[in-house]
Formats: sequence, C-alpha cells, structure tokens
Amino acid sequence: MKRVQFEHSTIPYLFVAPQIAIIVIFFLWPAAQAIYQSFLLEDAFGLSTQFVWFRNYQDTIFSPSWLQAAGFTAIFATLVTFLSLGFALLLAVKANEVIRGASTYKTTLMWAYAIAPPVAGLMGNLMFNPLIGDLYKFFNVIGWDFNHKLDSFDAGFVVVLISVWKQVSVNFIFFLSGLQSIPNSVNEASMMDCRSPTRRFWTITFPLLAPTTFFLMVINITYAFFETFGIIDTTTRGAPGGATNTLVFKVFQDGFRGADLGGSSAQSVVLMILVLALTVIQFRFIERKVHY
Amino acid sequence: MSNWNWRLITTHAILIIGVLFMSLPVWVAFATSTHAPETILRDGLQIWPGGHFFETYREVLIVDGGVMKSVLGTTMLKNSMILGIGFAIGKVIVSMLAAYAIVYFRFRLAVPLFWIIFMTLLLPLEVRIIPSYEVVAGLGLLDTHFGLIVPLIASATGTFFFRQFFRSVPDELLEAARLDGATAWGFFVDILIPLSKTMIAAILIIMFVVGWNQYLWPLIMTTKEENYTLVIGIKQIYQILAEGGELPQYQKAFALTILATFPPVLVVLVFQNWFVKGLVESEK
Repeated sequence: MKRVQFEHSTIPYLFVAPQIAIIVIFFLWPAAQAIYQSFLLEDAFGLSTQFVWFRNYQDTIFSPSWLQAAGFTAIFATLVTFLSLGFALLLAVKANEVIRGASTYKTTLMWAYAIAPPVAGLMGNLMFNPLIGDLYKFFNVIGWDFNHKLDSFDAGFVVVLISVWKQVSVNFIFFLSGLQSIPNSVNEASMMDCRSPTRRFWTITFPLLAPTTFFLMVINITYAFFETFGIIDTTTRGAPGGATNTLVFKVFQDGFRGADLGGSSAQSVVLMILVLALTVIQFRFIERKVHY
Repeated sequence: MSNWNWRLITTHAILIIGVLFMSLPVWVAFATSTHAPETILRDGLQIWPGGHFFETYREVLIVDGGVMKSVLGTTMLKNSMILGIGFAIGKVIVSMLAAYAIVYFRFRLAVPLFWIIFMTLLLPLEVRIIPSYEVVAGLGLLDTHFGLIVPLIASATGTFFFRQFFRSVPDELLEAARLDGATAWGFFVDILIPLSKTMIAAILIIMFVVGWNQYLWPLIMTTKEENYTLVIGIKQIYQILAEGGELPQYQKAFALTILATFPPVLVVLVFQNWFVKGLVESEK
C-alpha cells in the first residue's frame, strides 16, 4: 500500500461503488442463489419445491456420470496444462535464441491468442469432419482406426489437441518475456561456468523462470476447467456417452438441457469449492517451492 | 563450427514446425472459404485460395448470414463490435475507479472490499451460469446490451491490473499534488489518467479481444437472431451443417469463421507491443 493516502470518509466508497454494485448483483447474488437452490428439489413439473438438505449433493457426487466427468476433467486439465506449457516453453527458448527472423517468429507464434476457443473448436470440428476433414482422413490412412464420434479415446484426443493449440500462444508470450527479462550478465556468467546448453537451461534458466511457470500453471488449470467449455460445446459435446464431459459442461447440460436446477446448482457449488481448494493448494504447496 | 550450425538449423526447424502448427489451420480455413461448395465437398479442404472470395464474402456479409437466412454477417459483426468495445470501455472505467480507491485511500472497509473483488477472480461466470441467467432474466435484461455486457464486468481482472500499476507510481507525485492543493478527483483526472495512458491502451486491447471472444454468456443471453454475435452465429451454422440437408455450404461456414477471427487478430497484430506489455505486466 501507499505511504501517502487520501483520508476521506465518503469519496473512496463512491469510487468503488460501481464495481461493488456489479459484483453484488451479478456475482454474490447468483452465487448465493446457487447455494440456496442446491438444497431444493423440484418436482417433475416445477410446481412445488422441497427443502432436501444435502440430497442433491449426495446424488451428484456419487452418480457415475459426475464421477466420470470429474475423472475426465482431471486427466484433461493435466494433459492440456503440461502439453501446452511444454510446447510453449520449447518454442520460447528457441525463439529467444535466434537472431534472424526473431520478430517474425514471435508474431506468428503469438497471434492465435486472439482466436476464441469456440472458433478454434469449430475449425477443429471441420478439420476432423468425416466428409471433408483432412485430419480425419489422414489418421485413417496411416492405420489409426480413427472415429471421434464413437471412440472415447479419439474424442478425448480431439478436444485435448484443440485445447492445447489454443493455449500455446498465451504461454509462449509469457515464457518469452520471462526469458527476455533474464539479465545478460547472468547468461554470460553461466556460459563461462557450463558448456552444455541443456544443463545450462535446466540449472540456470529454468529455475529463473519458476515464478512465470507457477503463474502459468494457475492460468492453464483455470483455462482447462472453464474456458474450454467453448471447445467442448463445438466439437464433441461430451460424446460419446459422456466420455468428454468436463465438470463445467455437465453443469450447463444438466441445468439448461436437462432442467435439473437443484442438481445443477449442487454441481456448481461443488465446482466452486474444488476450484477454491485447488487454488489454495497451489499457493501453499507449489509456490513455497518457487524462489522469487 | 559444424556443431554450432546444426544447432542453428534444428532451432529454426523447431520454430518453423511451431509456426506451421499454429497457422496452418487458420490458413486452410481461409483458403477453403474461397472455393465453391462443390469443390470442397468433392476434394475436401483446400490449401490454395480459389476464385470465389468476393462471391462468398459478399453473400455472407450482406445477402444472408450463411445458412440461417434471417441474420446478416454485417449485423453479427456490429453486435460483436458493440460487445468488444462496450466491454473494454466499461471494464476500464469501472476497474480504474475501484483500483484508485483501493490504492490511494485509507478507509474502513478497504480490506473486506478488496477480498470480495479478489474472490471474483477465482470463480468465473461459468460456474454460476444458471443463477446468473436467472438474475438477469428476472431483471428483464435478456437480449439487451446492458444485460450482455455488465455481468461480464463483474470479474475483477482489470481492477488488479490497475492496482498493480498504481502501486508502481511514485508516492512523491501525490505528495506534490497535495501541496499544490489537488483534490482526490483532480489528482485522478489530471495526473493519474495521463500517466496511465499506455496501460489504458494495453488493457483496452486485451479486453476488446476478451469481450469479442465471449461465448457461453452471449449464447444463453441472446434469444433473438438479430442479437447474435459472430462467435454465436457461426455456431448455429455449424449446427445446421451437421444436420445435413441440401448441398452443405462449407465455404460460408469457413468465411464466417474467418470473419470472427479477423478483427481481434488484427487488433493484436497492430498493437502487438502494447498488448504484450499489458498482458505480461498484469502478472506482477
């Protein structure tokens, strides 16, 4: 905080008022509604509601379809985070090494940031279209019996590939700027001490990038949990048989398409708790190992 | 020396593979959009541009918005612009004001209010999408620009961005301004806003892209086709394509995909330096 500050009784409240008003109406109120509705059960016609304590939660967490979605989300988030971080780090290290064409590489690797996840999903959808999709044909030609409409592994492959593709550019931008902020003197000193570029990378450069990597892990897990909704909804829509349902997609499906408000709200609340827990864990256990 | 050469070649090879991986899908989408539907159906995706560029894009923009007939590409373009620009400007104003209060004032509720704002970062709209929809529907705001844009501003990314920036502004500025008798509003308007010009530009660019690319919220908020944004509109087209019927108009689907991609990509490319600076600064 600032050493010098204004002392006023009302003016600061006027300044925060718009933000707080929006948060109260469009964040706290709906969040409270979700919690309240998660304890209610509507009858089939929506005529009467009943307070049922934790029954919606029990029905949610122990249902096979929710467990399946939770399992898929865990695998999906892990794969998307590590693959897109790894690929972006490789590209950033290489882009930082070259002199000729450096800015061209930088521009052509980062511009995909501006593409919306559902647009990426739709493009991928056409690439994997059985009628005209070249990727679909290619995989089948090289002997992979590829069919993402029927095979759950293939469907998972499609959503992971598109999600990684969409996320590489953000990670690349952060890694590259992290690399460029390492002082030249450090690089020169490490050149003197260690001849192997690979060892130099893992012992000097990578630890210096640790804060960036930690920050990006948080960003990427949030991305895999929430923003990939647009990709799932424009490609597999959870098919086949719910194998590519993420938790967020299931909240949406059960609430809007299935009109199961209580169950969907209970899922929302569980999801909020999961995300909060995940964030706390990341900050407590991983950040402690990162030296700034 | 030859060792060094090989290293350089592999480096460039890896980078070129990366560039192809990132760019080829979009290029193929563009090239395919300039072909006739019969060609696409017969030969699949295209790598070289064809001769139907003007025909397809004219049709999509001003004759009919693809396969839906009732909404034009230009209408969706306009809606996307309103969402992108409205969201960016709204976000900058709301979050600058809030960040100013939090950084420059000592007041009793500062800490609890800060935590409320911080909480919105962790729980995006997606997890409370259905109650949010109900709240907005209850207020009669469905299919309005206000109902579309304002709930999206609830997340506090911009506030944190400006908070970080204001904290890096030297304290001496405020001391000097106060000696000269500046009021709270005067300091904000005459000193802080001019100082933040680059930062404001950077966050406007980022937020324009974020707003333009919104998906789930506009999807459930807009019920009338004339309010569709491009990102929502193309989705409907793909759905119609998937259902089959007459000769599938793949070229129009691709053309709308390119239209949905082009403006945010252009903004990012033109303002590349500001954009990267804004994105990376917000981390600290």
